[in-house]
Amino acid sequence: MTNVIEAAANVPSTGPLADALGMRSKLMDLTQASYKAALLPSDPGGLALETRAVFACRMAKVCQQEGLTRHYAELLSSYGSEADPLSLATTDSHPPASEPRLAAMVSYVDLVTRSPKDASESDIERLRKADINESDIVRLAGLVAFVNYQLRVAAVLSVMGEAQ
Amino acid sequence: MSRVIHKFTTRVPTWRPHVTPIDYEQATPAQREALKETPSNTKISDYVLVLAHDPESLRIRTSLFNGIMYDKGGLAREERELGAVAASVVNRCIYCAAVHAQRYNNIVGDDRVMGDIFLRGKEADLDPRTRAILKFGMRLSECPPNVTQEDIGSLKEVGLNDQEILDLTLSTTLFGWANRLMHTLGEPVSGK
Repeated sequence: MTNVIEAAANVPSTGPLADALGMRSKLMDLTQASYKAALLPSDPGGLALETRAVFACRMAKVCQQEGLTRHYAELLSSYGSEADPLSLATTDSHPPASEPRLAAMVSYVDLVTRSPKDASESDIERLRKADINESDIVRLAGLVAFVNYQLRVAAVLSVMGEAQ
Repeated sequence: MSRVIHKFTTRVPTWRPHVTPIDYEQATPAQREALKETPSNTKISDYVLVLAHDPESLRIRTSLFNGIMYDKGGLAREERELGAVAASVVNRCIYCAAVHAQRYNNIVGDDRVMGDIFLRGKEADLDPRTRAILKFGMRLSECPPNVTQEDIGSLKEVGLNDQEILDLTLSTTLFGWANRLMHTLGEPVSGK
């Protein structure tokens, strides 16, 4: 098992689904490369690797994707016991007002995961007002967008794999 | 004077960014490298110049997007476009919906299906296969995503095999990704 999605979805190694994935192996490799760019970039900018893992874990829980929730919880714990001091990987916890930067980011993560249709310019404004620079806004948006893609691919693969 | 567009349309709007696109003349080597992946025969769009703030992700994007939408075999191209539209309708990404509805219309040579989807969403009057694909794509795009054995079964009933279901999943979820960038980092406007 070479890539995160197939491992998390527990895809059988033979059968029609494995064959279908084999035909799209280039795309699954590019998906894995996108995972690395979003979660383990060589230049994380102002969005630390630990914070990326926290947000990914939170999104996986919101989307109720068990395999990736486990994967991201493991990734997060690999950064040590202090990697998520505010327990933001738990979906009902929110940063205190004394952490405006994190609070703005968590609001964006939650809104754009749960209801992207309701996002507007004011949500980007809020990030900017919390002193998040434009590159970090794009990095955050890219992380949220990628993880939502990955969660849905995993959801379908795990249901299809179960039946085989 | 430009005006923000809130209704679905097949007339492709202009995309107005909320984040400043990078200035190509000031781009870092990593940004220039990532921008090389975009087709050289067209002007680099503001959208791509916004994404260039994160060159590591941008570098992979074009190959993955093109592969999912155009690689040979498996699901027919127009049905991949339908998956893209299903996600864009749920996420109300007017820009993505317009681009991919227009591509669908060009492939099938008819604009009735998209017209009805824009008007009535899931209630559109469609043939059984088109309806099943739209419904699957829309349910998958919700949060949390809805996908059960019955959902897979409803695609198999109208003749999709595992390869086609995988391809539909990739094109639908790819637009869950694209919509979350397009619809949050900017907005569609008419005119210039």
